[in-house]
Amino acid sequence: MNVLISLLLVAGLFAVGMFGPGVTPAWVFAVALPYAAVTLFVVGLAIRVMGWAGVPVPFRIPTTCGQQKSLPWIRQQRLENPSRKIHVLGRMALEILFFRSLARNTRTELRKDRGLVYGTDLSLWAGAMAMHWALAVVLLRHLRLFTEPVPAFVTFTEKLDGFLEIGLPVINVSSVVFLCALLYLLYRRLAHAHVRYISLPEDYFALFLLLGIAGSGIWMRHLSHTDIAGVKELAISLVHFSPTVPVGIEPLFYGHLFLVCVLLVYFPLGKLAHAPGVFLSPTRNMANNNRAVRYVNPWDYPVKVHTYEEYEDEFREKMIAAGLPVDEE
Amino acid sequence: MTSRSRIALGLGVFFLLGAYPVWNGLASSADPERPELARAVDSAGATGCIEDTTWMKANHQKLLNEWRTSVVRDGQRTWVSSTGTSWDMSLTGTCLKCHANTETFCTRCHDYADVQPTCWNCHVVPEGGQSEGGQSHE
Ligand code: HEC
Ligand code: HEC
Ligand code: HEC
Repeated sequence: MNVLISLLLVAGLFAVGMFGPGVTPAWVFAVALPYAAVTLFVVGLAIRVMGWAGVPVPFRIPTTCGQQKSLPWIRQQRLENPSRKIHVLGRMALEILFFRSLARNTRTELRKDRGLVYGTDLSLWAGAMAMHWALAVVLLRHLRLFTEPVPAFVTFTEKLDGFLEIGLPVINVSSVVFLCALLYLLYRRLAHAHVRYISLPEDYFALFLLLGIAGSGIWMRHLSHTDIAGVKELAISLVHFSPTVPVGIEPLFYGHLFLVCVLLVYFPLGKLAHAPGVFLSPTRNMANNNRAVRYVNPWDYPVKVHTYEEYEDEFREKMIAAGLPVDEE
Repeated sequence: MTSRSRIALGLGVFFLLGAYPVWNGLASSADPERPELARAVDSAGATGCIEDTTWMKANHQKLLNEWRTSVVRDGQRTWVSSTGTSWDMSLTGTCLKCHANTETFCTRCHDYADVQPTCWNCHVVPEGGQSEGGQSHE
């Protein structure tokens, strides 16, 4: 049911993008919606992230899973239990670039012969890595449509990506990897009963949305072509803030573009905001140096204290009269 | 610096990086418009391409691929267009007969779209195409 709702939603949105431009003025889907989507993306992301930034962190709460800094002859596990900023940086870099936490995924199974068994399960990690990195390459390649002249690093990426030189236009490795990884991530949610049980419509929506975008893009490159020069004309006019809408671009392109707009708007609202979120995970981005460096709880209000010196100043005469010892006469 | 301002800074850097095409466009003096293409040489008095121009813009690479397969794999060298005209399936012999000025036609558009077909490694460009293009190519 969750699956069906999301699938229908994405298919409906795609149809809106495909057939909408036929019944509206050209600028609606080609100009107004992309601008609106980017604006909502920026504003939405800023609101969401600054909302997180406003949440006070009362304690240092790093998750640790290794030997902490101790006596000099005990080897510290710097990445598992960072005690300095630089260690934290290393740990965050590995987390953000290589999803190290996901690699810790384990699977539990009840076996007839051996009882309850645990094992490392790298399939989610591998799927996620393939999907995210392929997406990065795909995004980089799209820069060719937004820049004139095209910078060398974009052309280089395209060349590298198409090194197989199969087909005309050549099939890019990143396209294949991206599509396969997405299909695997979908399969994973559908095939394993326990993952299916915890999957919400939103989980499927994100996958179907990305699948729709990737599918329509690949379809356009290899099966039903469109005038790429015209597409570039549109894209580059948008970033130059002098929009022109060339005629003769296929509806399929507008379906692709509309799904991208939906993605941009949806990105800060839903689970995809884990992208900035991972930078802000307090359990990962804090050093485990509680005993070495004082951490001030931002909730602490200034406590009114009455020191012994002040106490003595106040009661000195009485204390002397009562024969009590005082520090200062 | 408080963590709040550090986060705001990070977000700002991200948005600036994301706006790369915008400031790249502001910095570059290149013309972002679709390039002006050389007209086909009307040796045979041709007024149009072998297929509808709009279709050609989008599908010429597919057509060339079909031609190549057909010639190299099947030895079949004649192709009939949707209007019933017969054409010899040849990159140099047919396309470049009309589009002799490849530099100002094929290459100019390909540079714009950042595609670098490897075809010219083997296939010849008729004389005049390269040199004429060389002059007019900024
Ligand atoms: C209106 C612009 C335009 C013109 C003119 C043009 N092309 Fe292209 N061509 C393209 C675009 C855009 C692509 C890439 C299509 C894609 O990536 O889906 C392409 C791709 C190709 C490819 C496939 C190469 C690859 O690696 O993807 C070949 C071959 C090709 N063109 C040959 C020619 C020839 C030969 C001419 C001149 C007779 C020509 N083209 C004129 C725009 C043009
Ligand atoms: C009979 C001469 C002739 C032949 C052969 C021919 N073309 Fe054309 N082509 C033209 C003309 C003329 C135009 C311009 C039509 C117009 O302006 O509407 C054109 C337009 C095009 C365009 C669109 C350019 C634009 O305006 O953006 C492309 C791409 C193209 N041709 C590629 C090819 C390729 C590839 C071949 C070989 C498969 C080929 N042509 C063979 C005459 C020819
Ligand atoms: C490795 C060298 C090589 C490359 C690179 C190459 N070709 Fe060819 N091509 C050939 C050879 C050899 C033939 C066979 C010629 C013949 O039988 O007449 C051929 C034949 C063809 C033909 C049919 C015959 C003719 O005269 O044109 C087409 C069309 C063609 N190639 C298109 C392409 C396109 C498009 C590209 C670029 C994507 C390309 N080729 C790249 C070597 C190459």
